[in-house]
Amino acid sequence: MTGAFRVLNRHWQVFARTWLHNLMFNVAEPLLYLSAMGFGLGVMVGRIDGVTYLEFIAPGMVALSAMYSATFECTYGTFLRLHYQKTLQAILAGPVTANDVILGELLYGMLKSVLFGAVILIVVSLLGQIPAVTAIFIPLFLFLPGAVFAILAVSYTALIKNIDQLNYYITLAIMPFFLFGGLYFPVSNLPDWVQVINWFNPLYHSIEVCRGLALGQPPARLWWHVAVLLVMILTTAAIPLRLMKKRLLL
Amino acid sequence: MNTIVVAENLTKHYGDFPALKGVSFTINEGECFGLLGHNGAGKSTTLKMLYGLAHVEGGQLSIFGQSFKLTPPEIKRQLGVVPQEDNLDPDLPVLENLKAYARLFGIDRRQAQAQSLMMLRFMGLESKEDSLVDALSGGQKRRLVIARALLNSPRLLILDEPTTGLDPQGRHLVWQKLRGLKSEGVTMVLTTHYMEEAAQLCDRLAIMHEGLVLTEGTPAELVAAHVLAYVIEIRLPLDAIPPDISDRLREFGGEALPVMEGLFLYTNEGNRLWQQIGGWGLPQHACFLRPANLEDVFLRLTGRGTEP
Repeated sequence: MTGAFRVLNRHWQVFARTWLHNLMFNVAEPLLYLSAMGFGLGVMVGRIDGVTYLEFIAPGMVALSAMYSATFECTYGTFLRLHYQKTLQAILAGPVTANDVILGELLYGMLKSVLFGAVILIVVSLLGQIPAVTAIFIPLFLFLPGAVFAILAVSYTALIKNIDQLNYYITLAIMPFFLFGGLYFPVSNLPDWVQVINWFNPLYHSIEVCRGLALGQPPARLWWHVAVLLVMILTTAAIPLRLMKKRLLL
Repeated sequence: MNTIVVAENLTKHYGDFPALKGVSFTINEGECFGLLGHNGAGKSTTLKMLYGLAHVEGGQLSIFGQSFKLTPPEIKRQLGVVPQEDNLDPDLPVLENLKAYARLFGIDRRQAQAQSLMMLRFMGLESKEDSLVDALSGGQKRRLVIARALLNSPRLLILDEPTTGLDPQGRHLVWQKLRGLKSEGVTMVLTTHYMEEAAQLCDRLAIMHEGLVLTEGTPAELVAAHVLAYVIEIRLPLDAIPPDISDRLREFGGEALPVMEGLFLYTNEGNRLWQQIGGWGLPQHACFLRPANLEDVFLRLTGRGTEP
């Protein structure tokens, strides 16, 4: 495991040089969504479950940004390091195992998830859209969805040979997570069967917990979502290790 | 002398394709060992087994006395690796590339800085410290990769085609640096398809062809064992060469080898043969006499000589 953290440290040194560039991209998008939906749709919606529309969607922006950070790092980022820059092969020639290299990718995705989620949280708090102090637990919580999205992304990236195939993942997995995750409207508006499927949607659980913490909802309900994310991590963690090892080692 | 790498009968398949069909060799401490062969001969696969990017499928491989199927981290800690592709970090400037890699070996921050600067100086790249990798020339990138491979003071330096794609100046500079390392006692294994490189750097070499080691020895031993001492290259199309040349040469005490479109005449008596060939109908201006070298061994053993 110390090997994995040494790999993470290498990624961190790259991050320390490129974070500003990274941040602009990751912060701009949720803020654009927030302002367009908040101002455009918010006027028509009024209040949802007793909170303003902006307060309803602001925590979702945090969860969304966290999902995107881990997803892009562990799809495009990992693909580039594996196939174009050959960084992963360079690292693997050093004193680490293939598992260390792959865990390093996952940890980096998780870390970026937490960092960029935290940045959005600070921004929307400054905009006055986060009423409850329990929101300070959100960055800590974001490790869980960060792990799920990193695991999914690395697994998919290990399966493909062409960078264009990443579009399938974004369009067929990430977009539905986003559209049905209950970001812009309560999931209870959706048909029952969609709500059932949504239990497999990690973004749904992430949004529910972020919103619960941001609005100061009773914690009992939130633990269920935390538990589901934990189960997702435990049941899938071996998959990216297995798949990516085939790509790294002849 | 200490033997630090022992490879016995290594095999490897990629799907149905046999990349290695039983490769054996040993590398002694302090020597430069070369693997010579065409593209696809199995050189890179062999090296990848050494530095832990390929599993040993069949056979035995041991480094520093420890055998394994996949090189464990504690052995990789003592290796320096120069892969075929310059897999430098395009996101980091030159010095940071080295520091980040040194940190991967658990070298602490201050030591990593000192060691990286030292290696940049050794490789003549100190003025490039803050450049981005993409701004370096091919030769500079290659030297940076070699600098990176030396950060952990490796016991064994593994170089996969260290000078492929470099211009002559770049190539000679790399050779100088490698000779410098050799004189400091660093053990090296390198692959190449340049005979000159093998002759310049390697104490011993193995010629690989289609997943097999055809022969192993010092350059001089290989030349002595496999070809006659002199060659006359006939630079004429085969159909312009009198057809009885091979027979005449055999009577004379030599051997002819068709090489691509021309013919090479091998003999131990170069000067005497040179006097003869005019009488055999070969114009001297189309012929060229030289001592036999590794290239001749290679052409002969790999059978490329007979290809049309």
